[in-house]
Amino acid sequence: MVLKIEEDHNRFKNIVKGKIRKELKEYITHGEIFGKQGNDIVSIPIPQIELPHFKYDDKQMTGVGQGDGDIGTPIGRSADKQGSSGAGDSPGQHILEVEVSLYDLANMLGEELQLPKVQPKGKKNITELKDRYTSVRNVGPESLRNFKRTFQQALKRQVASGSYNKKNPLVIPERRDKRYKSWKTINKPETSAVIIYMMDVSGSMTDEQKNIVRIESFWIDTWLRSQYKEIESRYIIHDSEAKEVDRDSFYHTRESGGTKISSAYQVCLDIILKNYPFEEWNIYPFHFSDGDNWSKDDDATCIKLIKNNILKVCNMFCYGQVQGIYGAGNFKRVLDDNFNIEDNVITSEIVNKEAIYNSIKDFLGKGK
Amino acid sequence: MNLTSELNQIKNEVEKVAKDYGLNFFDTIFEIVDYDRMNEIASYGGFPTRYPHWKFGMEYEQLSKGYSYGLQKIYEMVINNNPCYAYLLESNELVDQKLVMAHVFGHSDFFKCNSWFDKTNRKAIDTMANHGSRIRSYIKKYGYDAVEDFLNYCLSIDNLIDPYTPFIKRRDEKKYKDDEPEKPVNKIESKDYMDSFINPMDFVEKQIKKNEEDKLKEKRFPEQKEKDVLLFILEYAPLEKWQQNILSMIREESYYFAPQAQTKIMNEGWASYWHSTIMTVNCLIDSEIIDYADHHSSTLGVYPGRINPYKLGLELFRDIEDRWNKGKFGKDYEECDDIRDLKNWDKNLGLGRQKIFEVRKIHNDITFIDTFLTKEFVSTQKMFTFKLDNYLNNYVIQDRDFKKIKETLLFNLTNLGQPFIYVIDGNYKNRGELYLKHRFEGIPLQKNYARDTLKNICKLWARPINLETVEENKDILISFDGNNFKESFIGLRK
Repeated sequence: MVLKIEEDHNRFKNIVKGKIRKELKEYITHGEIFGKQGNDIVSIPIPQIELPHFKYDDKQMTGVGQGDGDIGTPIGRSADKQGSSGAGDSPGQHILEVEVSLYDLANMLGEELQLPKVQPKGKKNITELKDRYTSVRNVGPESLRNFKRTFQQALKRQVASGSYNKKNPLVIPERRDKRYKSWKTINKPETSAVIIYMMDVSGSMTDEQKNIVRIESFWIDTWLRSQYKEIESRYIIHDSEAKEVDRDSFYHTRESGGTKISSAYQVCLDIILKNYPFEEWNIYPFHFSDGDNWSKDDDATCIKLIKNNILKVCNMFCYGQVQGIYGAGNFKRVLDDNFNIEDNVITSEIVNKEAIYNSIKDFLGKGK
Repeated sequence: MNLTSELNQIKNEVEKVAKDYGLNFFDTIFEIVDYDRMNEIASYGGFPTRYPHWKFGMEYEQLSKGYSYGLQKIYEMVINNNPCYAYLLESNELVDQKLVMAHVFGHSDFFKCNSWFDKTNRKAIDTMANHGSRIRSYIKKYGYDAVEDFLNYCLSIDNLIDPYTPFIKRRDEKKYKDDEPEKPVNKIESKDYMDSFINPMDFVEKQIKKNEEDKLKEKRFPEQKEKDVLLFILEYAPLEKWQQNILSMIREESYYFAPQAQTKIMNEGWASYWHSTIMTVNCLIDSEIIDYADHHSSTLGVYPGRINPYKLGLELFRDIEDRWNKGKFGKDYEECDDIRDLKNWDKNLGLGRQKIFEVRKIHNDITFIDTFLTKEFVSTQKMFTFKLDNYLNNYVIQDRDFKKIKETLLFNLTNLGQPFIYVIDGNYKNRGELYLKHRFEGIPLQKNYARDTLKNICKLWARPINLETVEENKDILISFDGNNFKESFIGLRK
């Protein structure tokens, strides 16, 4: 049955989406969202969407409660208990948690930042067909007989017809009881992409800066995921040496060493060459650092690596310079001196959380 | 879905028991619904045919989420209507259905017999459906957005009513009077030669001034402050016909729901009293006791930061019954100061049942609490007041003093827990501006809400809106001219 409430419910959801879209900049720069991430949906807290009324200031209300405790005993936090005063069960003012799919979120991001659709690298955009044995049919070869289903059918038929004998529980399948495994054809997209995140974890990168990287990479991920049907992520951390790590260590490792950026680029290149043949993959390396590289020599090595190797295989190369407590380094300028946007090298400076918004636009605004 | 024959049998059994106890209810029609439909109906406040608006969608979102996370479940809904409609949740156990039916008969009796419901529309289901179809036809004619916007404005002030209006005539209908002869100055009678002594100049001047003021008062608009802001706007705002119609429907619905808010504690208490009586005395069979106890106790559970109306109402009805059974009332009892006598007081009057039936007829929550909440009750129920501790950002227990608790409880029930807002002047500054006044009772308004509400009223009134209120011990005037807010200082409060 179609519920009448659907109409109002959808209307409400649209209002919520509009609200999120309006406040998207806020959400982008504050990290609340990805703390509440499910598989394909995120939960977003939105305050005060209800209709305004004249009402008493909750914070100054006195309420009546019931139970044990001396004067001064705390009975609840204010955030989750707003409006609980008042006899009766007047519904409190909740902070509404609404669920939005990542796909919708990416669309909003795209609209808000006016991001162009990504053009996958010049390859045929066909999808590959693949068979999977996931369904059941009434006919088929004996070699594909599904024993369990067949037995169930036979049992069902015998119970229904009354020929099942509890004392002698013999179940004999007939022709019509037989069930066979069967396949379904599914589309497997051919264009797939990989994002390789690199981060400087040397002593000069603080938690605050890592948090910025984390927020930014969440949005990059969200957007690129909406553009490709399949996407993989790899993570590399480096100080003066680089290594590949899992997602969790990526955000939480802290080393104290110096910074040698070329080490990360080398590992990145190795990963690409080993796993992602560039004819088949769209490859996005993102590197975040405070830009304090070890030496001029290493700068040169980096330029060489990018120019001769990485750019040959990637859709684009992105570098985000996060300003640290000791100010920002030099590396962004080095890159800017050697490449420009036509080379598919994009650099961006992220001074603080508020700058994330524009930085995302820098990186993704090219539609590569 | 209608009742199955098994449930119907249970219904007849429970109904008979309820009638034998003297409950006097409307015919009650039960319907079985699944959880999704239940959430839908509950979102519409019990009326599945209501007008469309996103706030019901929001309600639904919260209810269905609460249900799927296992946080809450609505067992039943009852509609104040003749015949009374009640919805049962399909997935309830049989014993739950039995309990819920007993509970429903309690509500149904309350709707029919409590005086505060006397003036409510007993054909509400039809009326709500009519409202729904009329608003739908406006949507067709004027577009979804226009109607939705207008509904938003109306719903923003749907609490600005005067819940006592149905019982009191606040003002006469407009009368159009002819010019009256000038009123003579009110002098005290005296002989000519004494006049200048008995009616000295300043006295006469005062009287003249008073006359002038009276005359001014008549010119004032409204003549007396108007609590039913909705009505005032309905009568005087420059609205289209369809807009007037919508506003009047919203107002009607507000008045329909008001008595339910006025009697929440009593109504739930009464229904709980009867479900527990009917179940434990009459209808339970042995195998159902555990499930019944489980359900009953979860309904009546108390949480520190909230008054559970089911619990408070039930306990208070039981307390009244006990006191009137034992004669624990009246002069003798109140003047007795021997604690042993008080404790063992029992005059074997047996008036309890009779008394609670009387109480359910004439009281509402405010008078109920005011009349029957005793010191002993408050201490056995371990009641307390709580307040936000700004430093800890925590609600903390503030006081266990009887007087304070009772005052707080009554304050929170007064005017349905809403601030008092009056229309003082509909032609402020002689510029057609609306002047509203918040009668200050110790708690200020939540400011961001107040401002947003002013914006919405301004859309209805179409002229600037002014609100006199109190902030940090100062009288202030918040004005909104359609674009900007302005705040001006009126004076310090003593």
